[in-house]
Amino acid sequence: MSDTAEKVKKIVVEHLGVEESKVTTEASFIDDLGADSLDTVELVMAFEEAFGVEIPDDAAEKITTVKDAIDYIEKQKSA
Amino acid sequence: MFGHLAAPRRVVVTGMGIACPLGLGVENVWKRMLAGESGLAAIQSFDVSNLPAKIAGQVPLGTKAEGKLDINEWIPVKDQKKMDRFIQLALVAAQEAVEDSGWMPGEDQEEARCRTGVMIGSGIGGLPTIYEASLLIAQGKQRRISPFFIPSALINLASGHVSIKYGFKGPNHAVVTACATGVHALGDAARLIALGDADVMVAGGAEAAVAEIGMAGFCASRALSTAFNDAPTKGSRPWDKDRDGFVMGEGAGVVVLEELEHAKARGAKIYAEVIGYGMSGDAYHITAPTEDGDGAFRAMRAALRSAGLAPSDIQYVNAHGTSTPMGDDLELQAVERLWGDEASRLAMSSTKSAIGHLLGAAGAVEGIFSILAIRDSVAPPTLNLESPSRESPIDRVALEAQPRKIDIALSNSFGFGGTNASIIFKKAA
Repeated sequence: MSDTAEKVKKIVVEHLGVEESKVTTEASFIDDLGADSLDTVELVMAFEEAFGVEIPDDAAEKITTVKDAIDYIEKQKSA
Repeated sequence: MFGHLAAPRRVVVTGMGIACPLGLGVENVWKRMLAGESGLAAIQSFDVSNLPAKIAGQVPLGTKAEGKLDINEWIPVKDQKKMDRFIQLALVAAQEAVEDSGWMPGEDQEEARCRTGVMIGSGIGGLPTIYEASLLIAQGKQRRISPFFIPSALINLASGHVSIKYGFKGPNHAVVTACATGVHALGDAARLIALGDADVMVAGGAEAAVAEIGMAGFCASRALSTAFNDAPTKGSRPWDKDRDGFVMGEGAGVVVLEELEHAKARGAKIYAEVIGYGMSGDAYHITAPTEDGDGAFRAMRAALRSAGLAPSDIQYVNAHGTSTPMGDDLELQAVERLWGDEASRLAMSSTKSAIGHLLGAAGAVEGIFSILAIRDSVAPPTLNLESPSRESPIDRVALEAQPRKIDIALSNSFGFGGTNASIIFKKAA
């Protein structure tokens, strides 16, 4: 697992209060991990803070799974 | 508007819950109060070096088993950040009250859930949460404001969270009348039941303003005691000649109010009946009561009228009695005026002497103390009343609890803005 993936999963575990085993790469924040729309807004803010990236609202709306978050952040970091 | 009613319905108390500076749990808190213990202490949880008032009543930290608060035992960590502390305390007290009442209709009891409402108020709500958000804005970090900021700070979210937790789908309401909030919440919720809007109401008040911003604000309005920073348990001393302001407290009081026949039909334990409720406004000053205490007098008189009682029918008054130089005497004067020749038979104490002033939670917590005074035939003490600033025919239950026959008790709460409320409880028949 990449450093980014590990860090993303750790943030998800902390913010949504879910067990680590449930936070698979494919997991959807809302459908699989019990988040609501406000939780996802907060999650994106936590990603921004942790990775020092800016995620504009239109991009944030498309981040619905753990994989979406990892991909977006890795793309930003390599850009 | 109320044409569907033959007569107002009777309302009883079937559950109670408290989180306050004497701890968690109605029985635990009451036992400590009757023993003359104090919940006031020097503030340790934040820096008070720049504040003239350095003492307060905070809910003690510890385990549930010790009658103290470890919030992780009550609310999942991930949910804690979604609610200011006043909401957390409301949830703690509501859980005790709801479980005590035994009224927890399940998902298959939709009609029962729709007939159960919530009315928990607060004087100032999520003040510390607003402070934290303001700091981010001052640093240019507007985008770092949490999506939970607004719902964490809003006063009616205490009622919101309680309704979500238990599935109570009836009237969902919140009172905001400063330090009169608790009594207004109990009285207004009782009226919703009496008038048929609900059969059961979870009602009360919650406050958590013991933070730098709350302390600084009340210090600025010159309301807090500053002379007892070295002797915190002596700071709240209603009617005593050395009193110099109130000591701020935090906490929540929640009761389950229920229509009498509804409670009887399910065999619920009935603590007391709510038989009277009265309100008034001073129309005078933003923080000071009128110089003749007339607002307090009219609120108590209105409560007696609604109950169809004479002053002599009341055996105990739980006073607003905050320990401010002016307020205490004016309330005493109002009670003396209303009771007249009967004053010498009355007991009146201020339980704020033990827990401080819980602002919007005060009236709810003190309503519970009034009900317990009826249940156990005992008047809780006014601590630190060593030398009254003036004499009175009224027994103010100085220093020690007093066994007394109490069938009917009245509780007062008065708030900034000139808002006054009194509520009357009677022993369950």
